[in-house]
Amino acid sequence: MYDFELVKPSSVDEAVKALADEDAQALGGGQTLIPTMKQRLASPGRLVSTLGISGMDGVSAEGGVLTAGGAATHGAVEKGAAGSYPALAALAGNIGDPAVRNRGTIGGSLANNDPAACYPAALLASGGTVVTDKREIDADDYFQGMFTTALDEGELITAVKFTIPEAANYQKFEQPASRFALVGVFVARHAGGVRVAVTGASEDGVFRWTEAEEALGKDFSAAAVSGLSVPAEGMIGDLHGTPEYRAHLVKVMTGRAVAAAS
Amino acid sequence: MPKDHGIGASPKRREDVRFLTGKGRYTDDIDIHGQAYVHFLRSDVAHGRIKAVDTSAAEAAEGVIRVFTGADFEGVGGIPCGWQVTDRHGEPMQEPAHPVLAQGKVRHVGDPIAAVVAETYEQARDAAEKIVLDIEELPAVVDMKAALKDGAPKVHDDLTSNLCFDWGFVEENKDAVAEAFDKAHHVTTLDLVNQRLVANPMEPRVALSDYAAHSDESTLYTTSQNPHVIRLLMGAFVLGIPEHKLRVVAPDVGGGFGSKIFHYAEEAFCTFAAKQLKRPVKWTSSRSEAFMSDAHGRDHVTTIQLALDEEGHFQALRTDTHANMGAYLSTFSTSVPTWLHGVLMAGNYKTPLIYVNVKAVFTNTVPVDAYRGAGRPEATYQLERVIDKAAREMGIDPVELRRRNFITEFPYATPVAVEYDTGDYNATLDKALEIADVAGFDARAKASADKGLWRGLGMNCYIEACGIAPSALVGQLGARAGLYESATVRVNATGGLVVMTGSHSHGQGHETSFPQVIADMIGIDENMVEIVHGDTARVPMGMGTYGSRSLAVGGSAMVRAAEKVIAKAKRIAAHLMEAAPEDVELKDGAFSVAGTDKSVAWGDVCLAAYVPHNYPLEELEPGLEETAFYDPANFTYPAGAYICEVEVDPETGKVRVDRFTAADDFGNVVNPMIVDGQVHGGLAQGIGQALLEACAYDENGQLVSASYMDYAMPRADDLPMFQVDHSCQTPCTHNPLGVKGCGEAGAIGSPPALVNAVIDAMQRNGRDVTHIDMPLSPARVWTAMQG
Repeated sequence: MYDFELVKPSSVDEAVKALADEDAQALGGGQTLIPTMKQRLASPGRLVSTLGISGMDGVSAEGGVLTAGGAATHGAVEKGAAGSYPALAALAGNIGDPAVRNRGTIGGSLANNDPAACYPAALLASGGTVVTDKREIDADDYFQGMFTTALDEGELITAVKFTIPEAANYQKFEQPASRFALVGVFVARHAGGVRVAVTGASEDGVFRWTEAEEALGKDFSAAAVSGLSVPAEGMIGDLHGTPEYRAHLVKVMTGRAVAAAS
Repeated sequence: MPKDHGIGASPKRREDVRFLTGKGRYTDDIDIHGQAYVHFLRSDVAHGRIKAVDTSAAEAAEGVIRVFTGADFEGVGGIPCGWQVTDRHGEPMQEPAHPVLAQGKVRHVGDPIAAVVAETYEQARDAAEKIVLDIEELPAVVDMKAALKDGAPKVHDDLTSNLCFDWGFVEENKDAVAEAFDKAHHVTTLDLVNQRLVANPMEPRVALSDYAAHSDESTLYTTSQNPHVIRLLMGAFVLGIPEHKLRVVAPDVGGGFGSKIFHYAEEAFCTFAAKQLKRPVKWTSSRSEAFMSDAHGRDHVTTIQLALDEEGHFQALRTDTHANMGAYLSTFSTSVPTWLHGVLMAGNYKTPLIYVNVKAVFTNTVPVDAYRGAGRPEATYQLERVIDKAAREMGIDPVELRRRNFITEFPYATPVAVEYDTGDYNATLDKALEIADVAGFDARAKASADKGLWRGLGMNCYIEACGIAPSALVGQLGARAGLYESATVRVNATGGLVVMTGSHSHGQGHETSFPQVIADMIGIDENMVEIVHGDTARVPMGMGTYGSRSLAVGGSAMVRAAEKVIAKAKRIAAHLMEAAPEDVELKDGAFSVAGTDKSVAWGDVCLAAYVPHNYPLEELEPGLEETAFYDPANFTYPAGAYICEVEVDPETGKVRVDRFTAADDFGNVVNPMIVDGQVHGGLAQGIGQALLEACAYDENGQLVSASYMDYAMPRADDLPMFQVDHSCQTPCTHNPLGVKGCGEAGAIGSPPALVNAVIDAMQRNGRDVTHIDMPLSPARVWTAMQG
């Protein structure tokens, strides 16, 4: 690890000022950034911690929207969403292990946009919004490919809003080593239609499986997707599965998510 | 009633008090005043010619004491190989040089090129980034068969090829085996891979060396399973330090699984540098370094063929294996695919003719050496997989086919050079079938099917050769060391004992189980016995811990030393009781004379030995301390039967191990709880291999599975509750304890049962899948199901 300066702002304004430095980077729970720095694969000169910013770590639900502060830990999301959005709570409760969930934050995960992370599927399927220090970004516009988002340099996620669906479920098929999603599918049935978001599978990161959404909009049952198929082209192929295998799993996990949605 | 004391009792492990309360003293916990830190700059290419290493900027960096390169080790010895294999034609193996730091070429990702010694670890690492390397990358060889083709890039330019040796065993049987295959009613052939693994002990390797200029003495603290062997190899072969000037200490060690048997370059470097710099030098491996510098395990590619007659009697067995040595020969690398593998190919069966061919191959990968089981898992996996396949092909129940071929009379001389002293393979098989509730399988399969899952049942038998010995035999086979063990039993004046054993405990629980034996022999409380190990300055000699040899060989040495102590104590007691020594008995911690009421306590005899006021000084020296070296007459042969039940999700290919039963014959058992734990750990590693673990390289020799993000270790929730039994006991006939060894059985016996179970699930559900290579990851199982 190279030397760096650690800034601990107490307000969003202070944080944004500290992040203006070209060499600065926001630090949530550090579950990705710190190991990367220890490996000397990242060398920010200044880390700006989001953990001490007042009002940024809460989780609340009101008017059909669940709002999580950008610095809310996975554990906080698990607890805070348990009553209002159980599918999201279950997702958060199955990220990493208790130590990871006690440190890692929803804002950190979404800013990193790991192609195998869980939250991107939840946010995209929920039709949510990423709230930053300067704007609100619709989930459909936010994710722009592996480790790529609509965030500008120095832009800080202050909150994440999820539209709570009528029924939802997340099915995560774990990669055996990392236990990140080899394929994760979040299905959400909203009043205005069904949204199906897939993480872990595509070389372009999280995506919506629109064909399944249309079919499920007409018939919200596992049978509705059994005749569909996802092309293997563009899927990730690695030690843990071929593109064909991942494409197959997308369909299986979608069917299971629909069957389990409540 | 279970015993509460001595052999057969299960006292809790006394060492766990310090391990579980953070009081263990591991190598990295040791700091010596003034120590410097070394960081190794390692190759990031698999194969390359070193054209220049410019260390000037690194030398000038803050805190740097000195930068070493291969040039500093000109004239210093290389890392030795401890076992010379002779090939089919009577020629010695090709044995390349293995310099401490790379000279001329780098040969695998992780090969150390330079070492920066600095005041702090971070300074060493910072400075290493300032070293300018000019390395001409060369084409790498990764695949063993490609490495043997004409014109393949050579890992070692001065060798004739990448073939280390072409070993035939038993070479004289080759034609007779071929003839038996020609005449056979049925031949079953199976191609399989025993994949490369990374040992991953919880504690990464550490080396800390200190040098005392005034006495010219070096001390190395290291994470080792056998400090005396390191002293011998490093002192004699690498650095030229006589043993009386070199102390090696292996304190608490957090798991080894074989990977800490070997002498590593980092140990030699720290000892060399400490002497050069007159500063203690410390190296602590990161987990990332461990993946590319700890010796890997397994990595065999095999074709096995079994010839059977009409009734399924085995007529002959033939195997053809390519064994990956990696880029250099690690300490015992060459013995693993040969003498630890070929001699086990008879398994539990009366196969009259066996021929084993092994081609050991150099590739641009991390060296491969012994990993829990070492050769025996590879043998068992091939054999028990091909038997299962033969059973299916011939329509014979796999249990019945095995029974039909069991060895039932002992001693039994196999056609592959070893003689099994004792065993009862039907007994362990019957026990396994009983406790696995095989009779209830159909009902469980129905319940699984109702959930949309496929249930399968697989079984296998295994035999292993433990307590590697005797020295005279292994010497003939090419070992460059003896394989005895030593122990000193020191009795103190007030009756307590200290046993100094050459066996090293790094999780095995010797500090608990060894005292149980002594306590039984004397009839005293176990807490009166203390075990000392892991320090060449305190233990006279040792060959260390591997091959499940500690109790069978090290424990036997301890028994022999204790017998000498007791014999002398009886003479002292005889003097005190004015009786003849041959009339003196020792029981329950007291000496008595048969037929009289004369008695003297153990403690009084010990006191007399050290306060010899009333003592037969003209016949006996004072004191009570004896040493014994024990060199066994034969290997020991634990054996057993394992049964696995799995559920396969046909939609995803995911395998869940639902039930696992292990019935083992370990001979006599000293501490049943510790034996349970050893079997549990072995099963976890065997199931880990079968289901999860794989060390993968890409075609350029880059290590793809270089962290836990891609290397899947087994976790508790991957494993079922185990049903473990070791009540079937045929005691070893040639060691004083009648023990056989239990450390590796679980890892040896479990992979074939699991794979057999998955194949069974496929077959029961109409899929013509006859083999899937490990690990049986969801993707592999699903792909196999697609046909």
